[in-house]
Amino acid sequence: MENVIKIKVPVIANVFATGRTPEWLFWVGSAGAFDDRYKKVTQAFAKILAFLQIDYAVLGVEESDSGDVARRAGNEMLFQMQVMTNIEIMKAYNVKKIVTCCPHDFNTLKNEYPDFGGNYEVWHHSQFLDKMIEEGRLDKVSNLFENNIIVFHDPCYLGRANQEYEAPRSVLDHVPSIKVEMKRNRSFGLCCGAGGGQMFKEAEKGTKEVFIERTEEALATGADIIATACPFCMVMMTDGIKYKNREDEIKNYDIAELLCLAMGL
Amino acid sequence: MTKQLIFTAAMLVTLTVFAFSMRKYFLYFRFTKPVKLEKFPKRFRSLFAVAFGQTKILRQPVIGLLHAFVYWGFMIILFGSVEMAIDGIFGTERVFSHLGSIYDVFIAGGDIFGLIIAISILIFLFRRLFLHVKRFYGTEMKPVSKADANIALSFIFLLMVTLVGMNTFYLLDVREAGHEAAGVYPISNYLTSYFSQLPLNQIYFWHEFNWWAHILLIFIFANILPYSKHFHVFMSVPNVFVSSVEPLGKLETMESIRKEVSLMLNPNAQLSNDNQNVIPKFGVSDVDDVSWVNYFNALSCTECGRCTAVCPANITGKLLSPRKIMMDVRARMKEKGPGLVKEGIGFSDGKSLLGGYISEEELWACTLCNACAQECPVNINQPSIILNMRRYLVLEKSSAPSGLNTVFTNIENNGAPWQFSSQDRLKWAEEIYING
Repeated sequence: MENVIKIKVPVIANVFATGRTPEWLFWVGSAGAFDDRYKKVTQAFAKILAFLQIDYAVLGVEESDSGDVARRAGNEMLFQMQVMTNIEIMKAYNVKKIVTCCPHDFNTLKNEYPDFGGNYEVWHHSQFLDKMIEEGRLDKVSNLFENNIIVFHDPCYLGRANQEYEAPRSVLDHVPSIKVEMKRNRSFGLCCGAGGGQMFKEAEKGTKEVFIERTEEALATGADIIATACPFCMVMMTDGIKYKNREDEIKNYDIAELLCLAMGL
Repeated sequence: MTKQLIFTAAMLVTLTVFAFSMRKYFLYFRFTKPVKLEKFPKRFRSLFAVAFGQTKILRQPVIGLLHAFVYWGFMIILFGSVEMAIDGIFGTERVFSHLGSIYDVFIAGGDIFGLIIAISILIFLFRRLFLHVKRFYGTEMKPVSKADANIALSFIFLLMVTLVGMNTFYLLDVREAGHEAAGVYPISNYLTSYFSQLPLNQIYFWHEFNWWAHILLIFIFANILPYSKHFHVFMSVPNVFVSSVEPLGKLETMESIRKEVSLMLNPNAQLSNDNQNVIPKFGVSDVDDVSWVNYFNALSCTECGRCTAVCPANITGKLLSPRKIMMDVRARMKEKGPGLVKEGIGFSDGKSLLGGYISEEELWACTLCNACAQECPVNINQPSIILNMRRYLVLEKSSAPSGLNTVFTNIENNGAPWQFSSQDRLKWAEEIYING
């Protein structure tokens, strides 16, 4: 048995106190910090960062909500206050490069913060992992999933909002497994139903819930793993699988978790 | 000479009526909110790809290609239409024919596209009349919307029949006279064999008939368009140019809020002198709150329903239909516009876009997934209007679904949508083990 090592997640204030500025800020996001399911994704990504010996840090308790949900729910006032607060803190730590597991935070940090003077090089973790794979730094991948059928659900804010369809797929291609696609994929992808604040409210009256429509489409592919790259999509797909009583056979993983598991980290 | 006079009179009437219709829209635009256009290189690129290249309509390859044929054909046929107008005014005959081989290419192109467009239009009509294509239905698709579509298609079909008819009898006419035809006519040339037995006077009559029918149909069609969803013919290309070139995920920043927030965070900040006493209205509740680009979008919508067909809310039976949002903006301006023009800013008819046309239930069903905007063949941004109406509801009326109000409170109090202490933000990092 290999050694089991406890990893220490560097907090930017502590790193800064030693007179160093980390290369990367890992923006954890509210879901990444508080949602029980997505905390596991945050941890998986932290393991990969540790494995890669990336010079990074997190804001920790100094991080505040990106404001994405507030803005999309119509509360521009609250959004802008969050933006200004976060920008002030990141300015204090001289943040230049950000990586995040949340496509919503990725989108708002990349496209919306610049309106307020927050200009960063922002990466979604799918792009970051894709780059590391390309550089040959994540080669130790086992055949753990070789008999699994994986279908990828495109997060709207990674895909349509930012035209990133291939990075998460290329990360999955790096994990030996069988890949299938839903009929509505890439720019045609159907929303999981959580965007625009829907995650936090009752759905309006209709004939069906969006997450059920999308889960049914994913299940129809015959996949036994639904891969996502977004905390909201994760919640929706997990709920959908439960709703369909398929949680024993069908699993839902983030691409970072699949990579982490396949690498035995 | 009589022919010239009649033609010139008809053209003047056309242009006058058209100018009158367009003036109305120009006046309406004065009651929309300003937006500054920037990033022109990106706009030209989008114009070439989305408008001229038809890239977005080709996302549905088969029916998209038929539309692209109609569009490209129109562009080529336009050349001949301009020539006809000049010929009509000055009594010339095929005045562009001096252009030589360029003329041959345009005229041959127009002749071929005349047939292709006619066939495409028949397919479109068949789909609309006999196939139950889901996106042509919906609560907003009233009988008048369907009639509008079928009338426009019929007009285009007749335009093509008269175009090819005119070419065919022109060829027969010049042949009888022993001249050589100006231009090349692959389709019409083939058709001449069916009519070559006609006496000369009838050939002459049918040429004149088709010529007049074609140009008069254009004049009438041009004046119906401003009152039809097919206004799209004029509006869609410029709409692609003025539409947003930002990533779909980027929402527009409210400058009025930015002022408020900077004051709140920095009480010493100086209030600028402009608008010091005017309390701005946040968001959109009526049609004169939308930006001119939003209204331009609405006028470009031809109700194809590609947006609604991909809307997750609509697919799952919710009230929201992005197409309806655009049609509502257009309809509300039609209702309120005349009053605004007459009485100026501040005019109220006691009605409103929000509530009167668009319900809160529709607005809150949106997931802002941008599938509608992605799909729109002319780059309409439906979420922009939905979001700005939400902004009105939240910022002016404090009227949000309770779940969202809880989110707002939580973010204000502890910097997260959930009720967790911000001091717990690092709990996830406490116990992580790696197999080294």
